[in-house]
Amino acid sequence: MFDPYVADIDAEALRGLYRDMVLVRRGDRESNAMQRQGQLGIWVPLLGQEAAQIGSGRALRPQDMAFPSYREHGVAYTRGVDFRELLGIFRCTDHSGWDFKAHGFHPYTIVIGNQVLNATGYAMGQKFEGKVGDDDGEATIVYFGDGATSQGDVHEGFVWAAVYDAPVVFFCQNNQWAISEPTERQSRLPLYQRARGYGFPGIRVDGNDVLACLAVTRWALDECRHGNGPVLIEAFTYRMDAHTTTDDPTRYRLSDELEVWKHKDPIERVRAHLARTGGADTAFFEAVQAEADSFAAELRDFCFNMPDPPPERVFANVYAEPSPQLDAQREEYLAYLSGFAEAGEH
Amino acid sequence: MAAPVKSHPVEGPASAVQNLTIGKALNQGLRAAMEADDKVIVMGEDVGKLGGVFRITDGLQKDFGEQRVLDTPLAESGIIGTAVGLAVRGFRPVCEIQFEGFIFPGFDQISSQLAKLHYRTQGKVKVPVVIRVPYGGGIGAVEHHSESPESLFAHIAGLKVVSCSNPVDAYWMIQQAIASDDPILFFEPKRLYHSGALKAPVDPSATPDPLFASRVVRQGGTDAAATVVAYGPSVKVCLDAAAAAAEEGRSLEVIDLRALSPLDLGPVFESVRRTGRLITVSEAQSESSITSEIAARVQQECFYSLEAPVLRVAGFDTPYPPAKLEEHFLPDLDRVLHAVDRALDW
Ligand SMILES: Cc1ncc(C[n+]2csc(CCOP(=O)(O)OP(=O)(O)O)c2C)c(N)n1
Ligand SMILES: [Mg+2]
Repeated sequence: MFDPYVADIDAEALRGLYRDMVLVRRGDRESNAMQRQGQLGIWVPLLGQEAAQIGSGRALRPQDMAFPSYREHGVAYTRGVDFRELLGIFRCTDHSGWDFKAHGFHPYTIVIGNQVLNATGYAMGQKFEGKVGDDDGEATIVYFGDGATSQGDVHEGFVWAAVYDAPVVFFCQNNQWAISEPTERQSRLPLYQRARGYGFPGIRVDGNDVLACLAVTRWALDECRHGNGPVLIEAFTYRMDAHTTTDDPTRYRLSDELEVWKHKDPIERVRAHLARTGGADTAFFEAVQAEADSFAAELRDFCFNMPDPPPERVFANVYAEPSPQLDAQREEYLAYLSGFAEAGEH
Repeated sequence: MAAPVKSHPVEGPASAVQNLTIGKALNQGLRAAMEADDKVIVMGEDVGKLGGVFRITDGLQKDFGEQRVLDTPLAESGIIGTAVGLAVRGFRPVCEIQFEGFIFPGFDQISSQLAKLHYRTQGKVKVPVVIRVPYGGGIGAVEHHSESPESLFAHIAGLKVVSCSNPVDAYWMIQQAIASDDPILFFEPKRLYHSGALKAPVDPSATPDPLFASRVVRQGGTDAAATVVAYGPSVKVCLDAAAAAAEEGRSLEVIDLRALSPLDLGPVFESVRRTGRLITVSEAQSESSITSEIAARVQQECFYSLEAPVLRVAGFDTPYPPAKLEEHFLPDLDRVLHAVDRALDW
């Protein structure tokens, strides 16, 4: 059923997906390392989820909109958000840097589940504006985790989307863990089966198979584009690293589990396939490797040289309209700060 | 589920004096409360096997079993709403909210049910629920991990709100809160959890101060220049400021509120009548806050003693900024002393 959705993926396109995954993994590993070196406050690794993110992200069209949680660095990359633009959040210089309209990529959302309702509302808007109904229709995709499925916001998102036929793909990356809690702590039922109760299709896809993720997401987006949304996709994958750099997974899970999933590594799989079928030669793999190296070096260089924001930024953009009260607070504080400068740093 | 296992103290006899951090004191206090009453249960995200992201519940599930320490699904409305039901049934739930910024999905249950059941039932239903909330900034974290929302809860009639600032209070206040028949929001200064500098001997055979009592933590003496009132993480800032002021020959009286709702302002009035000046310090924004309440009541009770208006040092009326800017947002020693200078020069 889904094969037609990837019929166009020839060896060259597959090499492209491979390259995408290698680059985002490299960006992820480099960022993780930079956190260890004190350059980032925290890092949220995507290791192991490259296929789910690249496959689904590459299924999107320019007119589509994506709502990420906080781990979707791979999706960000497919939306043309430079990996470097993600670093501000984790270096704690900003809360969100990129132009979400230009990229069709909403700011990261940290409060679990919130973005599911926001995405649903956005999709309702696409429908209300008549942008749904043919091949060129618009669609929205929203990313969340297995743990998030317990939140009321996610349930309500499902209800709203069903009632308003919203063109939204609910893309759940079931990476088996919500910090220390396995998916069984959230559900008796495989998560994709929940969709049935809301009256829309739910499907589980091998989240470590980039082609499968691409095919299923293209299909789901098409359904939405044509006015047959919403759709729930459960991408069955694995969080191969810690929850974040502050987490210690040895306290709650066995390394055996990781070993099993290593055999399903999403990148190795494509690499093996390309090598076996002659879809790529050694020179290609070496070139991608070299590209990843310079990608990482640029990321590093950028990160190490990121300027701290100025103090007046604290007060900026709290409101869209002027706030005399905040203006006064800002002026008072800046005057206070310049008092130190005049007195000479003490 | 495993049957509850009878607990055993892990570190020597329960009566031994131990030198504890705030985090460890909370852990010991929770343990003591669970030993004293088998209706006390702990529930929250990652509180079991992991021991909570701050390890405050470390070891409790191992010793008390999975029916008394619940790794709940990921939903704060669920945690608090079911805690209300469990309390109606006769349990004494202690809920952990992972970070203060994630309490809001549970806000409805707190405000609509937890706070009002006793009133609505004319006292027939008691809801002895404690909600533990790690709060405050200064940890270099991403969004929603550094806020101070305590005033929102103090504003709700039917709730009590407290905050500890040191290990001895942490140990006793958590037990007193659990023993109380009223619902209590228990705010914990997260950046001080593991502060070795604050370690203090905790004597389980001592008699604690009452829960809802403020305390003078630094006497200003008869020539005290000003009164400084704080709570939670700001108490340490104020004590440091007072120590610095003392070196300049200026004596400050510092009061730790401990109880935020109801407020125990008797000691504050007494102090302000002597000093004539009051500075309040909080990380929370000052607009419509606990410190607004203090200022209003002090001007009412101490009107003829005041030599200067009540001055408030607080977070600015902005969202919590990216952490690279938090040093500007958070009241520090200099800003406290600056306010003291202003009060004295008035
Ligand atoms: C409302 C809310 N509660 C708690 C948290 C703390 N928290 C951050 S990530 C997380 C687990 C999320 O698990 P899942 O939804 O499976 O996503 P994953 O991190 O595995 O990608 C928790 C509990 C939060 N961010 N928001
Ligand atoms: Mg997960």
